[in-house]
Order: sequence, then structure tokens, then C-alpha cells
Amino acid sequence: MARRKMSERVRVKAMMPPGHVRTPAYLRGKTGVIERPLGPFKNPEQLAYGLPAPEKQLYRVRFTMAEVWGDQAECPTDTLDAEIYDHWLERV
Amino acid sequence: MPHDHLSPSGHPYREDNDHPITYWQRMEIAVRELMIEKGHFTSSEVNAQIEAMDARSPANGAAVVARAWVDPEFKTRLLKDASAASLEMGFDIGPLHLIAVENTKEIHNLIVCTLCSCYPRNLLGLPPDWYKTRAYRSRAVREPRKVLEEFGITLSSETIIRVHDSTADMRYIVLPQRPEGSEGMSEAELATLVTRDSMIGTGLPKRP
Repeated sequence: MARRKMSERVRVKAMMPPGHVRTPAYLRGKTGVIERPLGPFKNPEQLAYGLPAPEKQLYRVRFTMAEVWGDQAECPTDTLDAEIYDHWLERV
Repeated sequence: MPHDHLSPSGHPYREDNDHPITYWQRMEIAVRELMIEKGHFTSSEVNAQIEAMDARSPANGAAVVARAWVDPEFKTRLLKDASAASLEMGFDIGPLHLIAVENTKEIHNLIVCTLCSCYPRNLLGLPPDWYKTRAYRSRAVREPRKVLEEFGITLSSETIIRVHDSTADMRYIVLPQRPEGSEGMSEAELATLVTRDSMIGTGLPKRP
């Protein structure tokens, strides 16, 4: 079951582990809101290597461009949505 | 003839593929031949699958968009579950999940995959080369308005741009706004207005 609710504020963990990671580096450490839960998917961090891959909840997280790029944002209120796995998110 | 690899028109000839096959080409041939030998599939089935994959084109996505323009209930289903709605029309998205995002007067959506080249191939066919370039992948999230301007779309500062980075298991298709002046058109006629780029968000549908 998805344990995070829509509109909940979350931060992407700022860790930098090696391997096949589907969390873009430019979003690590950034705060957004859950746009929608997407359900469980096999963790690509194991799946990519043919290892047993437990399912992880996947979420669409919405960030403002201001949050992602700071003062450099082209238009601060534009948004960026990305799919982030549960184990990469922490509650704010 | 000078040995300069140029045709009489001045264009370079495409090099013949005389070089030795690569490790992965060898691997593909070995696996394919083993699977055929063991009776999992036949070579004509492999060929039929390649033909089916090559036959996918933006016309599939255009048919879905046109249906959503004329059928509000279909549009509701498409925005709720685009994989299921596409399947209704005979387009099987496979194991991936499709999300349709709707352009409105206030919102313009743009699709990118910054990590690789995720693309809704079942509905749009193979991605254009630029979709896979570092330039598009990095700039679409960093300066989408400039990128859109280069594609010929200038949006007012009132319009919100939503960029969607296909980072994991979802694929995205933009449901563009139905163009003005298309009121009397049939579903099939409407589909001819829907361009590939209008479903990526880097274009708008053609005007009737």
C-alpha cells in the first residue's frame, strides 16, 4: 500500500550511491509534493543487475523550478514532475 | 575517382559495415539462435515482431488524441488510466504504464527523459534523434521555455509549464488542446492535425 498521501511534502534523499539509480542527481536534496502514488514496482537498483528485486512504492513528485534551480530558474512557478521510489523520499 | 568517400553530389557515402561484429551483437545472435533451436520461437516470429515494432508510428497516438477530443468520457478514462484507454483502441502499452497529461489554456506539458530515452513507443513509434540528445535531455528541465521557443512555441508568462521527467516506470503522452476552427471535423480528420511533437509537448497541433 502507498503510505504517502497526495500533496504530502517530501524531500529526495541527498545520497549518492553507485549503481543503476533512477533518481536524477539534479533532484537530490530537493523538496516537492506527492503528485500521485503510482503503486509498487520492482526496485531497478537490483532489477538492472538481474538480482532479486523487492517491490518499492513509486510516486510522482512535483517540484517547483524555484526549488530545483533556485535563483537560476527560468520561471520559478513552472513545475517539474518526476517518478521517485519510496526509499529515496523522506518526510519534511 | 578520388578516394575521399564523397558521392558526386558531395555527400559522404555511408560506410559499409565490414568491421567485426561487437560483443553484444555476438551475444544477441547467440541468444536468438539458442532460443530458436530450443523451440521458444521461430525466426519468422522474430521478424514479425520487428515488423510490428517498426510499424508503430505517431498515427497511433494521434488516433487516441482525436478520440479524446470528440468523446469526453473517453478523455476522462484516458486521463485516469491512459494504458487502459489506449488498449480500448487496440494499442497495447505492454508492461509499462502510460500517463496522459492535458494541455489547457493555463498549462503546457513537456515530456523528457533526462536519464536515457524513455518514450511511449507503442503510441508514437521510435523517438526522434533529438529526444535522445544530451542537449534536449538537460535543457528541457533547465530552460524549457527557451527550448520551446526553439521549437517555435512562445508561451506567455501566464502559462504554467509542467515538465515531466520519465525517470522510472511511467511513459507520458501530452493531450494537446483541440485547435480552434476544428469544430466540424470528424475524428479521422482531427487525427491528421495531431503531430508527433504535439504529443511530446514540443509542438502544437496543426491548424485546420
